[in-house]
Amino acid sequence: MTTLVDETDLVYHEDDPRVVPLLPETDHSGEAAVTIEAVSKVFSSRHGKVAALDNISLTVAPGEFVCLLGASGCGKSTLLNLITRLDVPTSGTVSTVGRPALMFQESALFPWLTAGQNIGLALKYAGVPNKQSKAKIDELLDLVRLSGTANRRVHELSGGQRQRVALARALGQNSQVLLMDEPFAALDAITRDVMHDELTRVWKETGNSIVFVTHNVREAVRLGQRVVLLSSRPGRVVGEWKVNIKGPRTIEHPAVGLVAAEITLRLREEIASHARS
Amino acid sequence: MPALDDSVITQAEVEREDTAAVGAGLDVLEEPDRVRDPWWRRLGSSIVPPILALVVVLVIWEIVYLLKLKPEVMLPSPAAVWDELVRLMQGGQAWETIWTSLSRGLIGFAMAIVIGAPIGLAIARFPWLRASFGPLLSGLQSMPSVAWVPLAILWFQISPAMIYMVVLLGAVPSIANGLTAGIDQVPPLYSRVGQVLGLNWWAQTRHVLLPAALPGFLAGLRQGWAFSWRSLMAAELIVTSSKLGFGLGQLMNQGRDLSDAPLLYAGLILIFVVGVGVELIMFRPLERAILDARGLSTKKR
Repeated sequence: MTTLVDETDLVYHEDDPRVVPLLPETDHSGEAAVTIEAVSKVFSSRHGKVAALDNISLTVAPGEFVCLLGASGCGKSTLLNLITRLDVPTSGTVSTVGRPALMFQESALFPWLTAGQNIGLALKYAGVPNKQSKAKIDELLDLVRLSGTANRRVHELSGGQRQRVALARALGQNSQVLLMDEPFAALDAITRDVMHDELTRVWKETGNSIVFVTHNVREAVRLGQRVVLLSSRPGRVVGEWKVNIKGPRTIEHPAVGLVAAEITLRLREEIASHARS
Repeated sequence: MPALDDSVITQAEVEREDTAAVGAGLDVLEEPDRVRDPWWRRLGSSIVPPILALVVVLVIWEIVYLLKLKPEVMLPSPAAVWDELVRLMQGGQAWETIWTSLSRGLIGFAMAIVIGAPIGLAIARFPWLRASFGPLLSGLQSMPSVAWVPLAILWFQISPAMIYMVVLLGAVPSIANGLTAGIDQVPPLYSRVGQVLGLNWWAQTRHVLLPAALPGFLAGLRQGWAFSWRSLMAAELIVTSSKLGFGLGQLMNQGRDLSDAPLLYAGLILIFVVGVGVELIMFRPLERAILDARGLSTKKR
């Protein structure tokens, strides 16, 4: 694993929503939040067998923020389906602490429910008693800075607000592992920047493990403590970086840009290798 | 390993902590527009055009009448039919007749929902049921309900049960197919969310599929009502008996027997008005409520 370091002597607050705490130097030896061991997935189709994932191993420590980066066809949806147990691997094992929560690119909120009821449904099936539900909904909405919107309908919320309610719903599943499938890909740039700060803040407050899938390299570097690069067809782990940028990170930051440039180089090589010569 | 100069991040940038403010600004700016037209404009745009169309029809009727293209026993004047309607209503006969038919239609429709909805749900949720009974049910939808009348009489003789049988055979397939189609159109993403949230089979049906299918189901209900009403009229027109009471179909039969053209036309108008009235009073507000709650109203600014 390559470590990309940025040594700066700036004065900053650890609770600045742009500051991502660095991974400890020592390798996590304790129990992992997500363990993927030598996982392969082969789909059978009319045209024969297609390998979607090939011998992927990955561990996510409790409280760690990992970004999975890959071009089209890297099997990220397959991998997420395996982690959420919507599907089973052809070989290898997947284990997680509890059932993971999952957030999608679309908010996927139910339009016939209010914002609060959407969160309430997640709470109900996470085993939260009805009596505590109301208070918990308010608490989660406060956390994503949407206090007082519990009675809003989904269509009365902006794109960014919907993703925040979706985040609150995912957190309502009371899971230690949060999987995110390109959750900000459909947002405009400014809203996405705000969401990055909000996500970093919420993650630091809740201490969840997050597996964040994206194909935006800068986004991965802005958010992740670790970036894992997957190859395409079949998906394999081809690179792994620890992002050691101290101090506040923003998407347009030169430090983020430099790290992203190195990862992009590797990603471009990987994509180019698929060209038919 | 890129080396970075300290100067790339200035202390001023570190001090900047404005996420909350930018987020709050975005929330205000992106707040979807919730402006609605004033009620009189909404009413005007939905009521004036149909009234104009009605006036055009009446004018054409009056012209054809004045041209004497058909003898008066076939085509009475709009005024004569109006007088007949007023006479029926003043005597209270119209209301009684309408109620006899309408109550039957509504009861039959309610029974059709109770029977049709579970059938539609079962066909949507069990592939082997869909494969076996699905085509049969779709086929039943294209059966003219009049065709059931002789069989219904054979089974139940002349009785209300016979009428309900015809109404049910007309309406149940539409309602069941409506629900099946509604569930089929539910975006797969919603089911996936349900799975991720840990909903079991029944919770998935109750909290995700049924509410998501509601707009499609409503279309099925509408069609189901139209079929109930049509089947009912077919049954009433074919069978006249004191055991069945005096409904709109019987009123029409009376008009035919007496060669009373204004009565016949008045009967037609009443059947039309009841059909449209139920649509306006029952289905429009229901549809409006369902679509508004989901932000699916067709009118966008």
